[in-house]
Amino acid sequence: MSLLEVRNLTKDYGEVRALTDVSFSVDAGEFVSVIGPSGSGKTTLIRCINRLIDATSGTVNYDDEDMLKLGGRDLRHARAKLGMIFQHYNLVYRLSVIENVLHGRLGYKSDIQGILGLYSEEEKEKALETLDLLGLSEMVYRRCDQLSGGQKQRVGIARALIQDPKLILCDEPISSLDPSSSKIIMDYLKKIQTELGITIFVNLHQVDVAKRYSERILGFNSGRLVYDGPPDGLDRVQIEEIYGTEAGELIIE
Amino acid sequence: MTPDKYFRRQKFVLTAVLVGMVLITLFAGDITRFDTADAFTAVPRVVRWSFRNFIPDEQAVSRLPRILSRLLDTIYMSVMASMIAAILAFPMALLGSRTTRVAGWLAGAARGFASVFRNIPIAAWALILILAFGTSDFTGFLALFFATFGFLSRAFMETIDEASASSVEALRAAGASYTQTVSQAVIPGSMPQMLSWMLYMIETNIRSATLVGILTGTGIGFQFDIYMKSLQYRSAAMIAICLIVTVLVIETISNALRRVIL
Repeated sequence: MSLLEVRNLTKDYGEVRALTDVSFSVDAGEFVSVIGPSGSGKTTLIRCINRLIDATSGTVNYDDEDMLKLGGRDLRHARAKLGMIFQHYNLVYRLSVIENVLHGRLGYKSDIQGILGLYSEEEKEKALETLDLLGLSEMVYRRCDQLSGGQKQRVGIARALIQDPKLILCDEPISSLDPSSSKIIMDYLKKIQTELGITIFVNLHQVDVAKRYSERILGFNSGRLVYDGPPDGLDRVQIEEIYGTEAGELIIE
Repeated sequence: MTPDKYFRRQKFVLTAVLVGMVLITLFAGDITRFDTADAFTAVPRVVRWSFRNFIPDEQAVSRLPRILSRLLDTIYMSVMASMIAAILAFPMALLGSRTTRVAGWLAGAARGFASVFRNIPIAAWALILILAFGTSDFTGFLALFFATFGFLSRAFMETIDEASASSVEALRAAGASYTQTVSQAVIPGSMPQMLSWMLYMIETNIRSATLVGILTGTGIGFQFDIYMKSLQYRSAAMIAICLIVTVLVIETISNALRRVIL
């Protein structure tokens, strides 16, 4: 049984169809990249998986739970096991690094513990370890608005890791970063996959990055899944089908 | 088009706009029988008259204790009205904000409710409330409170959407509940900006309180009204000076506070 199974997923925004009958599955431990031009439905797909957006029809099965049928407390618990990192980091910039990381534990806490910010000693220890793993041990008590883009994204990764997720959804994690920070972030994602065994599901704009890091690539065009296979299988014809243009006309590296 | 021609046309447009504005002013002045020349020649007369009648004399100075006590009442009232309005505007803003709303219809209702309070001018509130509560301090307080509540609800809604939309999304994705999201993302993210709005309303309300006082017969506005109507201009001037000083002091304090919190 695969970790994530998406079947016949369709999403309409009024008259506009953002996703059309999308089906694929992801096994535990995989590194999967999703590529496609802007507006091809990559972001909608990721948000339909953890229900930030409600799909119109289809099923999403994650860790033996039917995500689209969950509500209330069950949905919170399912989301807690599913990490997410964002293009714009989505941190609370006025809070310190460690406070932002501990937000990743809220899904496991009662309302009152969460409101008062009561975290256990283990959770705080775990936060420090995670920050150490990501090379942020100097920044623990720094306010997040003082960090660079790459550091902010690493805080975002720490917040996802402390959830103890089986899978991390990454919505264009390097699109707002310079090339060297991008490489650092992608290397950390790879390390999380290989060393911690956490499945990585990442939206990318850069075909070359997708090819270099992932074991499998999903290609989208206008809301349809048009490629599902290994990076090696992605030839000129396939790229043309995804991007609707000659591969030679794309900026690759 | 040559550059020459382009710039000539730009200049022509500018001239036409200026001539148009002058014509409209003259036309409006003609209708309202406003004599521009007379208005300008009147300025020295106004200044001379003000200097003769609006310099506080000994009597005005001797009234300072009473004026200051009324002024203090007015300041308390403005601060109270602003703070209570801010406390009640926060839940209203949570319901009405796109980021934190609970249900679409409730958000519409919250926005509509706040909009009614905001769009009735403060003077109208004062006159309406006099009918219900008579001329009392409470009427003045309510008028300030209602107008402030309407304004702050709207300002807070926009602050929440601007300052915390992205972090709210992240916390929801991590499985946080509504109350957890509000206390861990919305409040820390938007509180400084909201406090800044509240300080702004305290400043504004000290100014508005004078007008409300004239209408509801309370506070410093009432005292000002009495002096003006009994032709004791020098005492009225004393009040005007005290008000200006107060507003400057409050503005200085709240600017200092803003620098700390923002």
